Amino acid sequence: MTNLGTHQDDNRPGTITPVGVARMAPRRTRISEWFDQRAGTYFIMPAVVMILIFSIFPLVASLIMSVSRIRLRGGGYNVRYVGTQNFEKQFFGSEQFHFLGTFADLSPIAWILILASAAGILWWLFRYVTTRFSVIGFAGRLVTASMVFGLIVLFSATLVSGGRMGTLGVTLFYVFVGCGVQFLIGLALALLCSQQIRGRTFFRIVFFIPLMVTPIGIGYAFRMIADTTKGPFSPFWQWAGLGDFAWAADAWTARIFITVGDSWQWIPFIFVILLAACENIPRDFVEAAEVDGASQRQIFFEITWPQIMPVAASVMLIRMIEAFKIVDLPNIMTSGGPGIATESMSLHSLFAWRSLDLGQSAAISYLLLFVTVVLCVSFFNLVVLQYVRKT
Amino acid sequence: MRHHYTGLGRSRLAVATAVAGVLAVSSAAQAQYNDVTINILTRPGPVIAQRMVERGEEFTKMTGAKVKVAEVPFAELFQKLLTDWSTGTNSIDVGVFASGWGVEMVDGGLLENLDPYIAKDTKIHLQDIAPYFREYNQKIAGKTHLITIDGDFQMLYYRKDILEQKGLKAPRNWAEYMNVAKATHGMDMNGDGDADYGSCIFKKRNAQSYFAIMSIAAAFVQTKGTGHGIFFDPETMEPKVNNEAWVEAFKIYKSTGEYGPADELNQDIGDTRALVTGGRCALAIDWGDIGPLSIDKDGAAIKDKMGAVIMPGTSRVLDEASGKLVACNATTCPYAVDGINYAPFAAFGGWSGAINAKSPAKTKQAAYEFLSYMNQAAQSNVDVTMGWTGYNPYRNSQLDNTANWVKAGFSQAFAENYLGAIKDSLNSPNMASDIRIPGAQQYTGVVLDRELARFLADEITAEEAVENIEEGWEEITEDFGRERQATLYKLSLGITN
Repeated sequence: MTNLGTHQDDNRPGTITPVGVARMAPRRTRISEWFDQRAGTYFIMPAVVMILIFSIFPLVASLIMSVSRIRLRGGGYNVRYVGTQNFEKQFFGSEQFHFLGTFADLSPIAWILILASAAGILWWLFRYVTTRFSVIGFAGRLVTASMVFGLIVLFSATLVSGGRMGTLGVTLFYVFVGCGVQFLIGLALALLCSQQIRGRTFFRIVFFIPLMVTPIGIGYAFRMIADTTKGPFSPFWQWAGLGDFAWAADAWTARIFITVGDSWQWIPFIFVILLAACENIPRDFVEAAEVDGASQRQIFFEITWPQIMPVAASVMLIRMIEAFKIVDLPNIMTSGGPGIATESMSLHSLFAWRSLDLGQSAAISYLLLFVTVVLCVSFFNLVVLQYVRKT
Repeated sequence: MRHHYTGLGRSRLAVATAVAGVLAVSSAAQAQYNDVTINILTRPGPVIAQRMVERGEEFTKMTGAKVKVAEVPFAELFQKLLTDWSTGTNSIDVGVFASGWGVEMVDGGLLENLDPYIAKDTKIHLQDIAPYFREYNQKIAGKTHLITIDGDFQMLYYRKDILEQKGLKAPRNWAEYMNVAKATHGMDMNGDGDADYGSCIFKKRNAQSYFAIMSIAAAFVQTKGTGHGIFFDPETMEPKVNNEAWVEAFKIYKSTGEYGPADELNQDIGDTRALVTGGRCALAIDWGDIGPLSIDKDGAAIKDKMGAVIMPGTSRVLDEASGKLVACNATTCPYAVDGINYAPFAAFGGWSGAINAKSPAKTKQAAYEFLSYMNQAAQSNVDVTMGWTGYNPYRNSQLDNTANWVKAGFSQAFAENYLGAIKDSLNSPNMASDIRIPGAQQYTGVVLDRELARFLADEITAEEAVENIEEGWEEITEDFGRERQATLYKLSLGITN
């Protein structure tokens, strides 16, 4: 208040004494300095507040929903606290087959896989403890190890032993198989287009186009392409003797076709970023290696790959996070069918939301968030950073 | 002459006065709702929505009220309406949806009671609406909350020419259905040189396949009339699903796929219809749409070649005490015809309009008048004869009089056959009602649909599927409250004791 009053006085000519000015100057400087020191914080604050409102609030709201039973009624909705019921249902209750899958008796191969992975994970933890131990690092590795082991047991009890995958397994299929294929093809195309070949600008544009198409359009397009009886490629399918083949009637062909559609859209994303990385490799390195008589394979593994590795890791991390959320293509191409064979966790959540089971929908979303965060952080810390440190 | 002139002058005066009067009344009527906009939400067009848009333009000219029709995907329609109305957003004045969904909305106090509006309406002619739609479809707990604009139940369609060629008759039960499907599968039915299909029944997940399975199961489960029901024991709300009747229905549904297109598992009703209208199916299960579609330009391949009959029945029905199938006799099947129990299923019940109870009074009145306008015989008797509208008959005057149908392009013989099949279904005392209790969509659209899809994809057996459905339905019933559900289920079946 004093400050404000003084400032008002400043505006009245003849009312400020030199003593007053002398007294005020250091104080104003101090305040200015104080503001200067914190200017960054204050400038960024509106953005932070907005992010908190639009990101954190929905996160908290959906957490509340995941432990509730919500029923819409006239004039609002009823919320009933149900504890961990929505989560328990996914792991142990009536939705277990849907989320985790249908378990079968463990086959000998499944046993071998489980025991081998248990041994491998224990050895990995033991090595960490005996070499460079820190509490936080160990806790992080313990979470990663638990999840990886859990997923290996899940795959052993479902896929390897003749059971059926649930939405968790299907999502991981889309992530690991889909992203793997996309990375390999994207990298190959990037390496190809970084060469001095004729018409490379044309190819760059062509390869980039699918990224600009909406996933819904891609879903419908691929559904039509795959239609062996009525689609535009029907004559081709008939000619190939596949006129009576229905890709959507079989679990694996349906999953593969969705992966093909997904890859068609996302390969350009990986391609364009890796292309930029490839073009940033200094020509001197490659030319020096060529002068020294290095083979193309040696040039790739010794020069190109280490140079593009950080970019490749970042692009794959972003791509994996996106892939965990896949929903459009299975929704449009198969509606999650046949059975639940192509249903991802996001689609599982969407279907629950559509039937107004908001609690279950939120619970599945949280499980997806947990799996995504643990696997992506683990991938970055334990694979990418390790590699970067080594090189 | 003078007299003549005077007469002419008088008549001119009379005409002028009448025109002026009509204009005055018209402009008064037009002015009546000038400041009103009726916001309607329904499924994507042109089916259902487009005709509302066109009738809406007529309604605007007559009353001044603007009619805006918004569309959302079928699977999200119920959720969007319930969210809009329950959270107080109230951006929608009229929802056009399955009448069965209305029960949950009425339970939440979201729908306007339309009885007072109907009492003042001189144009709707309620008695002309077929009893099933008037008493079951439009009413919830004894009060009218919905106005029917489409009458829905499924029927069996067959290719008359193909069956005649093979010396076969229209199937009356599922054994006959399979025989006909087998005998006709692989024939070229539209002259394009390709082998066609004996049976076309949509089987896609998260679409409308669960209506087909309920249509098949109905005859096996319901024997004692409409009040019997096919879903639950009305006293205990125990599901009537884990039994041989539903298992049999599941197996029949799957086995029809042997004579269908290879990708039938991924075909929704639209895909199947395209095959039927393209002349590629000997047998098909569908709502009333195939009739009018056969006279569309897209249906040229089947024009005057289709026949329609009531859904196939069965001579083995459910004994509820043992859960087994037993032979039909006078006691077990009191409504059987020639030893066959029929239970035509009112799948979906038909698209119906309901008004948001929280809309302003004037908007509600205008909305009611628009729904009434759609429903009135003058409009609907024309609309139901056009395949693309998606509207199927629900008024007696639409069924008793073939003139409109012939005028639309039906042959007299097919008009009689088609309307006869509809009347056989509508007049059946054993017509099966769709599920009309809170959570209806969860019971059928989620649990039944999912387990059916898993069974069709060979993930589980029919026995496992019905067991899972029983468990899922019990969970939903417990969640909504067993007693409350039992009361509403009884009401939906017309049991008022």
